[in-house]
Amino acid sequence: MNKHLKMDERQSDVLADMAQGTVGRELARSEGPLKVSGRAVYAAESGDGTEAVGVLVRATIANGRVASIDAGDALALEGVLRVITDSRMVRRPAQGTANGAPAQDTSQVDHFGQPVALVVADTFEQARHAAHLLDIRYGVETADIDPETAREVETPEGKRLEQGAFDTAMDDAAASIDAIYTTPSQSAAPMEPHAALARWDGDRLTLHGAYQMLKYNRNELADALGIHPDNVRIVSRYVGGGFGSKLGIGPEAVAAAIAARAIGRPVRVVMSRAQVFEMTSRRSETWQRVRLAADRDGRLTAIGHDARVSNLPGEAFSEPVQIATHFLYGGASRHYETRIARLNRTCAGSMRAPGEAVGMLALENAMDELAHHLGLDPVELRLRNIPERHPENGKPFSSRGLADCLTTGADLFGWNRRNTRPGAKREGEWLVGLGMASAARSNILSEAQARVRLNTDGTATVETDMTDIGTGTYSILGQVAGEMLGLAPEDVTVELGDTAFPPGSGSGGSWGAGSVGSAVFLACQDLRAALAARLGCDPGEMTLKDGVATVSNRQTRLSDLVDEAMEATGHIEPGDTKQEMQQAAFGAHFAEVAVNSVTGETRVRRMLGVFAAGRILNLKTARSQCFGGMIFGIGAALTENLVHDPRDGHVVNRDLAEYHIPVNLDVPRLDVAFLEERDPWANPIQTKGIGELGISGAGAAVTNAIFNATGIRVRDYPVTLDKLLPGLPG
Amino acid sequence: MKPFDYERAVSSNAAARAALASGAHFIAGGTNLLDLMKLEVLRPDKLIDISRLPLRQVERTGDGGLRIGAMVTNSDLAADPRVRRHYPVLSRALLAGASGQLRNKATTAGNLLQRTRCPYFQDTAMPCNKREPGSGCHALDGFNRNHAILGTSESCIATHPSDMAVAMMALDASVEIQSAAGKTRTVALDEFYALPGDTPHVETTLDSGDLVTAVLLPPPLAARQVYRKVRDRASYAFALVSVAAVISMNEGVLDHVAVSFGGLAPKPWRDRKVEALLSGKPPSGALFQEAADRLLAEARGYGGNDFKIALAHRTLRAVLRQATGLTQ
Repeated sequence: MNKHLKMDERQSDVLADMAQGTVGRELARSEGPLKVSGRAVYAAESGDGTEAVGVLVRATIANGRVASIDAGDALALEGVLRVITDSRMVRRPAQGTANGAPAQDTSQVDHFGQPVALVVADTFEQARHAAHLLDIRYGVETADIDPETAREVETPEGKRLEQGAFDTAMDDAAASIDAIYTTPSQSAAPMEPHAALARWDGDRLTLHGAYQMLKYNRNELADALGIHPDNVRIVSRYVGGGFGSKLGIGPEAVAAAIAARAIGRPVRVVMSRAQVFEMTSRRSETWQRVRLAADRDGRLTAIGHDARVSNLPGEAFSEPVQIATHFLYGGASRHYETRIARLNRTCAGSMRAPGEAVGMLALENAMDELAHHLGLDPVELRLRNIPERHPENGKPFSSRGLADCLTTGADLFGWNRRNTRPGAKREGEWLVGLGMASAARSNILSEAQARVRLNTDGTATVETDMTDIGTGTYSILGQVAGEMLGLAPEDVTVELGDTAFPPGSGSGGSWGAGSVGSAVFLACQDLRAALAARLGCDPGEMTLKDGVATVSNRQTRLSDLVDEAMEATGHIEPGDTKQEMQQAAFGAHFAEVAVNSVTGETRVRRMLGVFAAGRILNLKTARSQCFGGMIFGIGAALTENLVHDPRDGHVVNRDLAEYHIPVNLDVPRLDVAFLEERDPWANPIQTKGIGELGISGAGAAVTNAIFNATGIRVRDYPVTLDKLLPGLPG
Repeated sequence: MKPFDYERAVSSNAAARAALASGAHFIAGGTNLLDLMKLEVLRPDKLIDISRLPLRQVERTGDGGLRIGAMVTNSDLAADPRVRRHYPVLSRALLAGASGQLRNKATTAGNLLQRTRCPYFQDTAMPCNKREPGSGCHALDGFNRNHAILGTSESCIATHPSDMAVAMMALDASVEIQSAAGKTRTVALDEFYALPGDTPHVETTLDSGDLVTAVLLPPPLAARQVYRKVRDRASYAFALVSVAAVISMNEGVLDHVAVSFGGLAPKPWRDRKVEALLSGKPPSGALFQEAADRLLAEARGYGGNDFKIALAHRTLRAVLRQATGLTQ
């Protein structure tokens, strides 16, 4: 059985008519106990002990070619099996949804730290030591390290847009802001390092790997190896965080597969922490110029958002910093331009909320600057600039709770206690301030399939190659199925992360829950119809709850109704509602910070996020997603900075002691509130993406609070204490 | 990690003798050494495990001070009631360092002897005079935000990363050392460390075969003790600047003054001229300004760490205000 839906029109809220009451509940992640007790098996742990171990070897030049590799000393070591350099290896990870990974000759070096070889040995220790003994000679070419001086800077087609009379609007404005903000490279730094374990069975490859989007990853791996995708199976049952860095197949997977083939034995390749920083992908550093023009009442007449980002030569991806600027606020005249500097730095790719995560820092700082300039409350300024329709293409919004998020958040946070004069509140050595920012994240539906089986014992099984990267996918898919089929959470088994299952959407772009959740929903609708047929009624006349079907006053246990397992596959595709409606989730962040007037150290004291993201499938996992995003925001605002050496671009701070993500003590009490919302245009379960919403604007709320606390506006992220010191009282 | 021999020492004497062999290296908690071995920054031929030697006691000495065994863990030392009561600056400094897991493994002697966090030292693809004498210093023109502003040389601007040693410096601690010949000597902590000069790979005055067996603290003083650590995040970050102060007041003037600094220099830094300037004078903003000026008169920034001069100036003055009760 199959049920297919193309989202061409609005959908009624079928879930609202269900009786189980599972969807929306605050449920702990079903796989949580496995993870905290070490029983969840991750890619690197999935071997049987027979595998050899590969260690990737890094290039130590920024640009050029590998002239020769002398592996004599390495191969002479006990246990060392092979040193692999193969034209099929890849030197950069595939970008998200690339769906292909053309061979990239690893003898060509375009950034310091890229892989150039794989050393394979019986044990990890042998391979790691042997990797140090390779004598690699290079032909060195001039490298571009600094975006300011890069020889090649391009503005691709479609990265420039002008609407109205922008310059005139700026000239005629009652108030205007023209400011430059910069953000550094950042690293996703997931807890689980990138890992792959390859095993061949004849011509068939099984790869246990840490990846986010298996249906694409399978094609990418097959493409790199030059084999048919039917001969590739990828398994990623548990993934310890990805944040975009595991979207595409990486060098570890391709190298493991080649090595396993070459030595006729399974091979495991796990990146070291340092390699995760220099060999996977980074968020590009950005240079952003934001221009705002407003009338006397603070109504925007113009918005300009220009950017310069970077990537390796030949990479199509560029950090889309203006992504939310296009639709968040009104203003008739608009100007955008993105330049891409071609640099010899670690590949830039999608990292959690590509675009919004850094673009909203600049936009929401500029809005704060404008509010201050106008003497207007920052919340009020935003409320005055919420446009009727998309200000560039005129599309209506599918649902938009921005105004409610702003006003509800202001109430909950006690925003009215904010001192409008910066630097006015002091507690001992500490200067205290409040700040806020809007949040927005485009909503995306991605094609997805899922299979649901109703078993003869009245339980159900959900199967899809969808991944759970720590977000709660196992739980929410079980909840959707349980709601539709009238089953308690423990009676639904969810199987994920295996390309042997129907292709889901993958985890990324915040589209997983809405896309695969809808596929599960559709499969269950089909099963409901089949059950109703057996009961001789319309599906609408049947109530499913706690494993029992009720039609008028007749009750039948599902286990009695299902004599042979029933199976259905749901298939969702984006359709016309994507073109016709502007779809996004919205929110508002509020932060209180204290800045030490002696040292410039900033401590966030409390933070609140209020979000409107359609139906919330699981209050707990959704809230945790928002917490995670807000913590990312604290890191972006205060500490995170992937440092490139000025001479060769290598990542200088390649460990978690020196790349400063927030630790527990940096994170204060966080509060999250969700507004009740349904989005019938988004998908049949009426959700919107939430995985990246929490980071959008979060850091700007923190830095706006720093301005309120100190009167110092730092436009160069992160706001470390050295940037505040010169402005602090002696 | 290069393959190595392993030997478990049965006594301090045996350990010291075994360490005479070329390429031999003591291992205690291993929290620093093992990381550096994995990176192949250190490639010992032989490890002499001293972690089981009976050096885990914190004992009262005859003069009323404290003898801290070399193998006392950072966690145990921070929690020791005598340390908490009489040497609170030490307890606070210990707890400001690393993480709970690391402190449970890290030892007193290992903490003193931990290596710098300089990223160019830690990366074998980079030149580093400390790791490979004569290869050059990449930090001078590189990323040097965390580097030293005092006591540096053109060969090396790395900082010593310890918090514990900074507090011990302000407490006038000394180090008990047993030589391979079986002789025991005591060296003031200030004399224990060497400045880089043109030999940055020589970090201490220890000889081959020397084993640190204890740290000695003099009898406690009736003094105000402060440890203030300034860093980029609230925990699990090395000091940009840290200040340990042990200061007593007598009839309105500063009496005993001991102030030491972390994050500023290749060793825990103490400047007697600064202390002499403060001693015997009543606390005042002007005096503290003068003291901070004196401390930093020779300071030199290397670009990324220029801010440390102002930061150290401000932090020292705040610590002096706190220790003397001076309100602004």
